Amino acid sequence: MRALKIVFGTLAALLILAGAFFAYALHAEIQPREAGPVNFDPQLVSRGAALAAIGNCNNCHTVPGGKAFAGGLPIPTPFGAIHSTNITPDPETGIGRWSEAAFQRSMRKGVDREGRHLYPAFPYDHFTLVTDDDNKALYAYLMTRRPVQNTTPANTLPFPFNIRMAVAGWKLLFFKEGPYRPDASHDGLWNRGAYLGEGLAHCGACHTPRNQLGAEKKSQAYAGALVEGWWAYAINKDSPAPVAWSQDAFYHFLRRGWDDAHGLARGPMSPVVANLGSVPEGEVRALAAYYATVAGEPSAERRQKGETLIAEAKQPAIGRTLPSADAQAVPRGGNPQDFGAKIYGAACANCHEGGQPLPYGGLNLNLSTAMSGPTPHNPINVVLYGLPPAAGDRSPIMPGFHGSLSDAQMADLFRYLRSRFSDKPAWENLEKDISAARSAAGATALYPSPGSQPVPADASQRGVIW
Amino acid sequence: MVRFVVNGRHHETEADPETPLLYVLREDLHLNAAKFGCGLGQCGSCTVLVNGEAVFSCLTPVLVLEGKQITTLEGLGTADNPGPIQQAFIEEQAAQCGFCIPGMMMRAQALLQKKPQASEAEIRAHMQPNLCRCGTHMRILRAIHKAARIMQSAAAGAATPQIGGGGS
Amino acid sequence: MSRLIISRRSVLAGTGALVVSFASTRLLAQDAGQTQAPAPLEAPPPPKPAKLPGSLDTTRMLDSWVRLDAKGEVTIFTGKAELGQGIKTAVLQVAAEELDVPFVALRLVTADTARTANEGYTAGSQSTPNSATAVRYAAAQVREILIAEAAERANVPAAELRTENGAVIAPDGRRFPYGDLVSETLFHVEAQAEAKLKSPSAYQSIGKAQPRVDIPAKLTGGEAYVQDMRLPGMLHARVVRPPSYGAELEAVDLVATQAMPGVMQIVRDGSFLAVAAEREFQAVKAMRVLAAAAQWREKPGLPNQADLASVLTNLPSRELVILDQRTPMPPNPRTLEATYTKGYHMHGSIGPSCAVALMEGDSLTVWSHTQGVFPDRKAIAEMLRMGEDKIRVIHAEGAGCYGHNGADDAAADAALVARALPGRPVRVQWTREQEHGWEPYGPAMVTRAKASLDEGGKIVDWEYHVWSNTHSTRPGPAGALIAARHLAAPFPEPEPEIIPQPNGGGDRNAIPLYAFPSARVVHHFIPQMPLRVSATRALGAYMNVFTIESFIDELALATGADPVEFRLAYLQDERARDVVMAAADRFGWKKGEKPASGRGYGFGFARYKNFAAYCAVAAEVEVSFETGRARLVRAVSSVDAGDIISPDNLVNQIEGAILQAASWLLYESVAFNDTRITSTDWASYPILRFNAVPDSLEVTLINRPGQPFLGSGETAQGPGAAAIANALANATGKRFRSLPITRERIKGAIGA
Repeated sequence: MRALKIVFGTLAALLILAGAFFAYALHAEIQPREAGPVNFDPQLVSRGAALAAIGNCNNCHTVPGGKAFAGGLPIPTPFGAIHSTNITPDPETGIGRWSEAAFQRSMRKGVDREGRHLYPAFPYDHFTLVTDDDNKALYAYLMTRRPVQNTTPANTLPFPFNIRMAVAGWKLLFFKEGPYRPDASHDGLWNRGAYLGEGLAHCGACHTPRNQLGAEKKSQAYAGALVEGWWAYAINKDSPAPVAWSQDAFYHFLRRGWDDAHGLARGPMSPVVANLGSVPEGEVRALAAYYATVAGEPSAERRQKGETLIAEAKQPAIGRTLPSADAQAVPRGGNPQDFGAKIYGAACANCHEGGQPLPYGGLNLNLSTAMSGPTPHNPINVVLYGLPPAAGDRSPIMPGFHGSLSDAQMADLFRYLRSRFSDKPAWENLEKDISAARSAAGATALYPSPGSQPVPADASQRGVIW
Repeated sequence: MVRFVVNGRHHETEADPETPLLYVLREDLHLNAAKFGCGLGQCGSCTVLVNGEAVFSCLTPVLVLEGKQITTLEGLGTADNPGPIQQAFIEEQAAQCGFCIPGMMMRAQALLQKKPQASEAEIRAHMQPNLCRCGTHMRILRAIHKAARIMQSAAAGAATPQIGGGGS
Repeated sequence: MSRLIISRRSVLAGTGALVVSFASTRLLAQDAGQTQAPAPLEAPPPPKPAKLPGSLDTTRMLDSWVRLDAKGEVTIFTGKAELGQGIKTAVLQVAAEELDVPFVALRLVTADTARTANEGYTAGSQSTPNSATAVRYAAAQVREILIAEAAERANVPAAELRTENGAVIAPDGRRFPYGDLVSETLFHVEAQAEAKLKSPSAYQSIGKAQPRVDIPAKLTGGEAYVQDMRLPGMLHARVVRPPSYGAELEAVDLVATQAMPGVMQIVRDGSFLAVAAEREFQAVKAMRVLAAAAQWREKPGLPNQADLASVLTNLPSRELVILDQRTPMPPNPRTLEATYTKGYHMHGSIGPSCAVALMEGDSLTVWSHTQGVFPDRKAIAEMLRMGEDKIRVIHAEGAGCYGHNGADDAAADAALVARALPGRPVRVQWTREQEHGWEPYGPAMVTRAKASLDEGGKIVDWEYHVWSNTHSTRPGPAGALIAARHLAAPFPEPEPEIIPQPNGGGDRNAIPLYAFPSARVVHHFIPQMPLRVSATRALGAYMNVFTIESFIDELALATGADPVEFRLAYLQDERARDVVMAAADRFGWKKGEKPASGRGYGFGFARYKNFAAYCAVAAEVEVSFETGRARLVRAVSSVDAGDIISPDNLVNQIEGAILQAASWLLYESVAFNDTRITSTDWASYPILRFNAVPDSLEVTLINRPGQPFLGSGETAQGPGAAAIANALANATGKRFRSLPITRERIKGAIGA
């Protein structure tokens, strides 16, 4: 009897749990709206445009060479490729039949119009923080884009990940529904920055490491992570930047795409800053204010070191003026036995010690985060493939050296760069990393440098090997 | 002393090891095709192949070229006996001032060696690093397609040796 | 040596006056200072010379253009230069045609102060009308002389003889190869105003497909450019230019540079600084060290880049009314007005300028890709205080120049360094930054168009204003050369020139070809030049045609008319109508057709200078509404260049001009701060790359055999730009009046 009671009791408990789970996991379909264009207040649409730029929507929801927001970009996850959806207002293949309520729900809860769970490759764990008002503006923006008929490819996820209901389990464990709640101990600017940064801008989605189930490790917020072959550096107190990130530096970098003491945004950060260049300035100031506190105050020693480096960098290699000769420097003599030093002197110092100011001149590598980072992914990508120019906009150009340097030569160069421009321990496995980056060519996302014009990122221009 | 192979012939150079390959090619080997356009890796007029890959010879110091195979336009054929790319460009009259064209041809050669069936979109993307100021782009594209066809029919007829030792 | 030549042939007796070859005019010039012997009282005054076709008018002897030797080798001389526009081939085609000599048997000598006619600059689309015409007539007359000579020997009337393949053929089949007929002075006669030209129906060379003679070498590594020259003992030099206009060299420590390997000489004269070394990379490294050692005193002097239009219109200007045909207006006209602006744009030659110079004894030879060997020689002579007769400038090809780029200045630099190293050839190569920073730009301009329409929507009045600097600061005087202005004893910058109508400078094509009942056009000439400016391809026509064609479009829209029909209503010139209709037709222009979303159609037309080639362009663009990025998708152009010598080459030029105009229009403006030019490379001055190249570009030619050759190298610049601009307006519903029409401006106009 007792055994039966236990069995029934357990069954009942399981049923209740299952019921609770299903109650949690099941979502009703929201009825489709009538197909056809909607009129929105242009100011609302304009606000939505800025918010969409902060959210970087165009970048995931557009394929290289493709139409804006038509989806289909394969987003690599450890579980397989998930393709971004068509969020143009096309009635059949896009979100043209979505009511505002359906859109609000997708942002708040990560559930589509039909009630199916969305994969968190769509970072609703961040977007859940977005207020109803802002979602309203985003909806107005998206529904006034040009409709594109595009059926996106099916996802390639193995069992059990291809069962959307399983996502509900993930949500139970890792998803906390929003919206954002202001922190009274900080001012309005900081709160706006926290709201945007933790919310729409979803910075942690790249800059925070993830666990085995692909969820961000909250305890290691902003500690840095590898994303699509690029290392998103730590932007918390563990930032490897030789010069600590100040609020001003964050602002300049996010707004213009470069900063005197930190260099250019490149890789996947390039379209982010291009987008941020197109939004109202106050939003970027807010982000800068928030992330300044994430980075924290540097120690006196670190601050001093940064100031010394900046002062040294301001001294041109040997008193140059441009454009009297060319943009290139008098290469420094190095240890003649050090092959890496010789390569640097002959091929890199010309631009990187030329004294030509950013963004067009090469960054003085003493100021480069890449040299001090935990992994060499980023400088390997840049040295191999360069920084391609933006179409028609003034933008920095760096050539790639994948044709002229062998893996061994690049490794020699990198050993030299690491030892000369950082005080961190040597990178291990250089040859392996370089060789892997070479074979990943085509899979490594390459982005044009942000132009100096404040217009949104041209997501269709991605992927050109320089 | 750096030793390398240029258009199939062995060379040694005592030039300052920091010397960009472009100057060694032009000044010491009297090879005219690769040109000085910017010295910054922005225009591609200096493009040559190193082990089958297109590189900016203006930014490639000879010290990294030990043992490597370099191919310049002169290695693809002569005026009397033009190679497929040269034949195609001459037939299409794909040049106005002509200054950028050798660099264009070498970049195209690098692509067609690896991808003989490159599509129009792939060709356009691949040619991005090279600038033409005269606006000869349409003819350059036509010539590259033609070169691909010439190469393919030659390959169909006989095995075409790989230029530059890039490895198949 | 001066010779008195009187033609032996009655048919070429001409005036019987004193005839002197061009080679000896130098001697005459030297004699000019001496007292002239009084003319004999009984000699009649020499009659005014007849006007001769093309450049024959200034270089009148046949053998200044055509020479034959006893082996039958023909050499053609032209004072024009190959810029990549195919003039070498075109001139040879014309010569081959009129001489009846196989094309491959011809040799060509181009612009050389010692050997060819002085045809000024290879510019302004004048090479075919002036030089090819001269060669054509000269060749035809040479052929007539050969026939006359053969007639004497064969004892057959000239009319029964024909020519073929380099020989005169008698009716009985006897062949007289040209080489057998020539004598030293046979062609040393003055040309005539008329000649028996080949009839178009008999053309074998003109109008036929002729591959360019210069292409094979350029595509197979042959020596083709001044950059390829290698003279024995040649040294390599680099200039260290100031960091900005008006910067002065305060001090430079030469010690470190002098000690560098291979350094032969450092030249310092005032603010002119250069270094020569044995090997090229040695010169490059020395330049860098020298640049680092130089201390300059700079002063701000550049205008506010953000407000160029107002800067320009506030500078003092001279008002030149170039058209004034006013008629009273009907009552209640509807008036529209619009103002357009343009920034500075660059030639941006892909190969930075280069020159080689050699001073031997008291003689200087310079090899340069200048467009004008004679004017450059004159300026260099003045700068070096040498006689012009002691300097020889020989044209050697460079990269495309599209006008007055750094070539003339590089030649002057080379001359200065060569003077310091007599007996050694010196090669000066400019850097990319120097070419970008120091070439003279296409001037910033402001234009304003105003038109009145009657009740029926017809234009009853037209008023047009253009504000611009000069569009030519070519040498000229020594002061036109940068180096000369930087010397310790500098030459003053010359007063800017007004190029008068019908050619025009900033006012080129400011007078529309359209027939308006009442019109006034004013050129506000601004002498003060905040940035260094000179001629770029089409000069003012690029901006004026863009403006006029944009405004015509705005008028068409205001009256509900189709843009093409609207233009035709005011075009009376039949050939103009033909190109407009041909372009519209081939494009598939349909009245009132609405393009697909994000696309737009536009049209542009002009006759270059109103007397050169006709060109119409129809264009389709696409615009990304998210980013504002615009791209030319498709263009169709129709061109009438008179009797077309090299059809494929003309197509090549038009294709190139349209793409170049697209790049200018959509991307290009020189950036600068208050002191320095900051557009120093392709990163800071982007131009068209392959990702913006259209899907298709089609050129149809309307050939007019027997008509005069019309200059066509620049004719598509304005119409191409205008068509794209009008297509952008069609695509976005917004009108863009400020050039360049960048992505940022488009996005700003479109909004979210």
